[in-house]
Amino acid sequence: MPLYLLSVCYPADAQQPEPERLQRIMADVGAWRDAVVARGSWVFGGGLHDPSTATTVLDRDGEVLLTDGPFIEAKEQIGGITVIEAADLDEAIEMASAQSRATTTPIEVRPFMHGGTG
Amino acid sequence: MSGAPASVAAADVERVFRDDYGRAVATLTRLLGDLGLAEEAVQDAFAAALATWPRDGVPANPAGWIVTTARNRAIDRLRRESTRQQRHEQAWTLNAPEDAQEVGPVRDDRLRLIFTCCHPALSPAAQVALTLRMIAGLRTDQIARCFLVPETTMAQRIVRAKNKIAAAGIPYRVPRDADLPDRLRSVLSVVYLVFNEGYVASTGEALGDADLAGEAIRLGRLLVDLMPDEPEARGLLALMLLTESRRAARTDDDGALVRLPDQDRTRWDAALVAEGQEHVRWCLRRGRPGSYQVQAAIAAVHSDADTAADTDWRQVLALYDQLMSIAPSPVIALNRAVAVGEVHGPADALREVDALPLADYHLLHAVRADLLARLGRRDEARAAYDAAMALTGNAAEREFLAGRRARA
Repeated sequence: MPLYLLSVCYPADAQQPEPERLQRIMADVGAWRDAVVARGSWVFGGGLHDPSTATTVLDRDGEVLLTDGPFIEAKEQIGGITVIEAADLDEAIEMASAQSRATTTPIEVRPFMHGGTG
Repeated sequence: MSGAPASVAAADVERVFRDDYGRAVATLTRLLGDLGLAEEAVQDAFAAALATWPRDGVPANPAGWIVTTARNRAIDRLRRESTRQQRHEQAWTLNAPEDAQEVGPVRDDRLRLIFTCCHPALSPAAQVALTLRMIAGLRTDQIARCFLVPETTMAQRIVRAKNKIAAAGIPYRVPRDADLPDRLRSVLSVVYLVFNEGYVASTGEALGDADLAGEAIRLGRLLVDLMPDEPEARGLLALMLLTESRRAARTDDDGALVRLPDQDRTRWDAALVAEGQEHVRWCLRRGRPGSYQVQAAIAAVHSDADTAADTDWRQVLALYDQLMSIAPSPVIALNRAVAVGEVHGPADALREVDALPLADYHLLHAVRADLLARLGRRDEARAAYDAAMALTGNAAEREFLAGRRARA
């Protein structure tokens, strides 16, 4: 079965939602996750810390260069990722739509190469 | 037909290509599960037809011959290229005893292919290109000329779209009932986009050797044939037929634009009008109105009038009211205002036009200018024509507006 990466996208300058709203979103996302697990499509996933906590690693001929911060400086950021199994893009879009309703953000749907096996 | 002259056989190949390319690709896509492989196989089959039909004659069932040959070529190709186990397996599934020439599945195959090509995960430009390539059977260079882009650009667009279909797993099937209305809308809008491209282009210089409006009508007929119970598919076909019926009357001998009220209605194509009106009547009986059907009904009211003065503007206005309730938009409100001007007079119409958020749309200023001229406000009318001319990118239209301005 093909694997898809669902990325939660949000503007880099977005403010954290009000506590009440955040609580509601977390509850909706939890319910979405339960539904995806229940239909047997869940592979792996979770929220990510802020991009400022990232470290970029590059190995050049054995010399490792570390950079503090994300590799891609972008106006949009990825707040979390989920890997799902779906029969085809329509099924993946169906789950992404439900996730977008829960997170209230855009969701990028991207297929893995060779069904995720290599 | 053995011994047919080579030129006759070549013309037969060309005709079968036009009529059956999409059908063959659709069937092979089902058998192979891959659009790209299907296309290669069908192209191989047409190359084989060009080589053998002039020598052996045209087969009794040319379309069936193409599908069978394409299937055999695909098996050959897969065996030849099967470096991976997967390809071996694919070649085996092709040998399964399934008749590729059956009529029932073939019909469904084409519908599946249409929905695949018009999948909303593809950009509208990619949907249009794929549909013209896969369903209408146009060559890439023809499509490129129609859309005024280099052939390499169009080829890349098509390759990219095909890659996405394969990589992202865009399914090859008719959507579920729940998704069908949305997905059908996407298919219809692709066909209407093709039609409008052909319609606009035909007012300017001649573009390419493919007639996009004609292709769109062909696609529209195919959709009605494949989905006879979808009123909006029929509404779109009716709208295109009725619009196309006026083509000859739409420009004068010098190629200048002629407005609907000024057209010589004896130059309208009576056969297209009759066909379009028949579809409109079918839609009315069905009683499930939608945006294309109502637009077609408006076109049909105009087609009913022998002269512009005979136009039943009250009915046109009632239909625009209905259209505004189904699919409200400022552009439709602008067209409705024109009908208001005919039924209730230019002052009422001007009030409605001035309330529309379309300051950058040249037709708003053109309509406004006409209304102002009718009200005798000539300086304001001229200023509005100037605004319209500054906003249009089409030379024929600018010339037309200049003529109106001179008479205002």
